[in-house]
Amino acid sequence: MLSIKNLHVSVGDKPILKGINLEIKAGEIHAIMGPNGSGKSTLSHVLSGKGGYTVTGGSATYQGKDLLEMSPEIRAREGVFLAFQYPVEIPGVSNIYLLKAALNSIRKHNGQPEVDAMDFLTLVKDKVRLLEMDEKFLYRAVNEGFSGGEKKRNEILQMAILEPKLCIMDETDSGLDIDALKIVSEGVNSLRSPERAFVMVTHYQRLLDYIKPDKVHVLAHGQIVKSGGADLALELEEKGYSWVEEAAA
Amino acid sequence: MNTATASRYAAEYQTIASALPGQTLLWLQALRAEALIAFSAHGFPSPREEEWRYTNVSGIEKKLFAPVMGKGYNTGVCHTPLQSYRLQDAWVLVLVNGHFSAELSVLDGLPEAVSVMSMADALAKQPDKVEKYLGKAADQSEHSFIAFNTAWFTDGLFVHVPAKQVLDKPIQLLHIVTGSDAMATTRNIIIADEMAEAKIIETFVGIDNAYLTAAVTEVFVGSNADVTLYKMQSESDKAYHFGGSYIKQARDARFTHHNFAFGGLLARSDIHVDLDHASECELNGLYLGVKRQHIDNHTRINHLKPYAVSRELYKGVLDDRARGVFQGRVIVAIDAQKTDSQMNNRNLLLSDDAEADTKPQLEIYADDVKCGHGVTVGQLDEKSIFYLQSRCVDEETARNMLTFAFANEMVDKVKIRGLHDMVLEQVLARFPQEGVNKEWL
Repeated sequence: MLSIKNLHVSVGDKPILKGINLEIKAGEIHAIMGPNGSGKSTLSHVLSGKGGYTVTGGSATYQGKDLLEMSPEIRAREGVFLAFQYPVEIPGVSNIYLLKAALNSIRKHNGQPEVDAMDFLTLVKDKVRLLEMDEKFLYRAVNEGFSGGEKKRNEILQMAILEPKLCIMDETDSGLDIDALKIVSEGVNSLRSPERAFVMVTHYQRLLDYIKPDKVHVLAHGQIVKSGGADLALELEEKGYSWVEEAAA
Repeated sequence: MNTATASRYAAEYQTIASALPGQTLLWLQALRAEALIAFSAHGFPSPREEEWRYTNVSGIEKKLFAPVMGKGYNTGVCHTPLQSYRLQDAWVLVLVNGHFSAELSVLDGLPEAVSVMSMADALAKQPDKVEKYLGKAADQSEHSFIAFNTAWFTDGLFVHVPAKQVLDKPIQLLHIVTGSDAMATTRNIIIADEMAEAKIIETFVGIDNAYLTAAVTEVFVGSNADVTLYKMQSESDKAYHFGGSYIKQARDARFTHHNFAFGGLLARSDIHVDLDHASECELNGLYLGVKRQHIDNHTRINHLKPYAVSRELYKGVLDDRARGVFQGRVIVAIDAQKTDSQMNNRNLLLSDDAEADTKPQLEIYADDVKCGHGVTVGQLDEKSIFYLQSRCVDEETARNMLTFAFANEMVDKVKIRGLHDMVLEQVLARFPQEGVNKEWL
C-alpha cells in the first residue's frame, strides 16, 4: 500500500529525515517510535502533505502513485487520513458540515454521487454512538472548545466516517486520560480491516497496549535504526531509547 | 479644512433653503442657520483632526453634490433595488434621494399610539415634539458632518413608540439614492419611551453612481426600554457615505446596534452612546472592504453613571487595496463606578495591499471598574487551512470557508429572518469565489 524508499526531508537547510525505508501492506499496523526530535512528526506531516518541508531525495509510493506529488486534499480524497496530534479548532464551521463536505468530495473523487442526507445522518449518528460522543458535538464548530480527549475522539469519528485506506496517527495518545485512551483505541480497533493500514506515531508504548501493532520501528536521528515485532515496543519501554540509539551508533 | 468648498455649499444652500421642510418654524430656522455657520467655518473634517486622521474626505470636495429638490426626486427609482432590499413583514418607510415616498412605503396597521412618519410630516404635524429631540443626542459641534446634516436635511424618519408599547414588527428605513452627483441628507429621530420595545433597520442602497449620503440618526431610549438598531450600508461602490448614530440611554435602558458596512468608495459611521445608570449597550460591527474601498467605523461609549455595561465587537475583512479603520473610545466618567466594559476589534487581511488601522482607547476616570479591550490584525491561519485540506477540502475553498466563518459570526447575531438572509446575501456577494455556499451555516 505504501512504499517509502530512501526518503530525505529537510526543514530549511536542516536535514530531518535521512533515508527512511518502509514497506506497509494493507491490513498491517506499523508503530513508529522514537525519542523527541527523531523526526517522527516530520514523517507523518510529509506523508500527509503539510507545507514547510522539502523532500531532498527518495520517494513515497501510495497504491502505485507518487504520494509526494499530490496536494494534501488529493491525498485525503485518495484515502490517506492524518489524525492530528493537536486537532485544529475551526470556529464558524460546524462539525457535521465538514464531515459531509469531506465525505462528498471523496465520493466525487471516486465518481460516486453525493451522499443522501438521511443516509448520512444515520451513518454519522451510528458512529457517534460507537465513540460514546454526545450528538451535540456534531452541531458545534469543529473542535472549538472541545477538551483534549473530545478532540481526539472527533478525529476518530472523522476517520470512521471517511473510511480511509491509510491512517496516519500522530501521537494519538498524547493528552488522553485512560478512559479516553480506551475509547479511542476501541474506535481504532473497530476500524481494523484487511484493506486498511495504520501508521501509529508514538513516543510511548502505552497506546500499543490497546492497539497491537504488527511491526514496530524505532526512529532515531532521522533514520529507522531498528525494526521488530510488537515485543520491541516492550523492550523499549523497559530499556529506554538510548539502548537502540547506542546500538545503531 | 477647505473653506472654498464650504462657501460653494453655502451659496448652493441659499437656492434651496426655502424648500427645506419646517422652514416656517423659527426654532428650526435658527438651528439650521447656526449649523450653516458652523459648517462654513470648518468645511468638511480634515485628517489633521485626531478623530479623522485615517480618513481623508477630500475626495468629496472635488465634486459639488447637489440635493435633489422638487417633484422629480423619485424619477429613476427602478424596482429592482426596492424589491431586493424591502423587507417583508416590516413597516417600511422609503426615502428616495432624501425624500419620503408615500407610494413606495408600507405603513399600514401600525398601532394607533405609535408614530412612524417622515420627518417632513413630523415637522408639519407635531413640531413641538420634534423640537424637543432634534439635535439633543447629536452635538453639531462634534464634527462638521453633523452641522452639515442639520443645515441641509431634506427629510428622514420619525418614530415615537410610547411607554410600554412593544412593536411586534420591525420598522425599516429604506434609503435609496438614484441621482448621479446627488446629495441625500437625511435626519432620523427614534424615541422609545419607558419600557417600550422597538427594532429599527436602516438600509442604505443606491444605483451605480457617485453620490453623497449624509445621514444622522438620533435615538432616545427611555428607562427600561429596549431598542435594537440595525444598519446595513450597501451603497454603490462609487458613493460616499457618512452616517452617524447618536444614542442617549436613560436608566436601565437597553440598546443594541448591528452595523454592517459593505458598500461605498469611502464610508464612515460614527456611533456615540451615552449610558445612564445600569443601562446596557451592545455594539456589533462587520465591515468588508474590497478593491479600493475605504471603510471607517468610529464608536464612542460614554459611561456617565454607575453600573452600566457595554459590549463591543467589530470585525473587518479587507481584500485587494481596501482599507478599514476602527476607532473605538470608551470613556468612563468619574461617577461611573462599577462600569463593566469590553471592546474588541478583529481584522482579517486577505491581501498584502489591504490595510487595517485600529485604535481602541480607554479613558477611565473612575477607580472601581472592569474594562478591557483587545485588537487583532492577522491573516488566515495556515494550520487551519492545512487541517481542512487534510479533510479533503481544496485550498481555495478552505480559505473561503475560514473567511466566511470569520464574518458569519456577526451575521448570525441578526435574529430577524428576512434581514439575516439579506445581510448574508451581501456577504456572499462579496466572496464571489467558487465553493462558498450557504450550507456552512
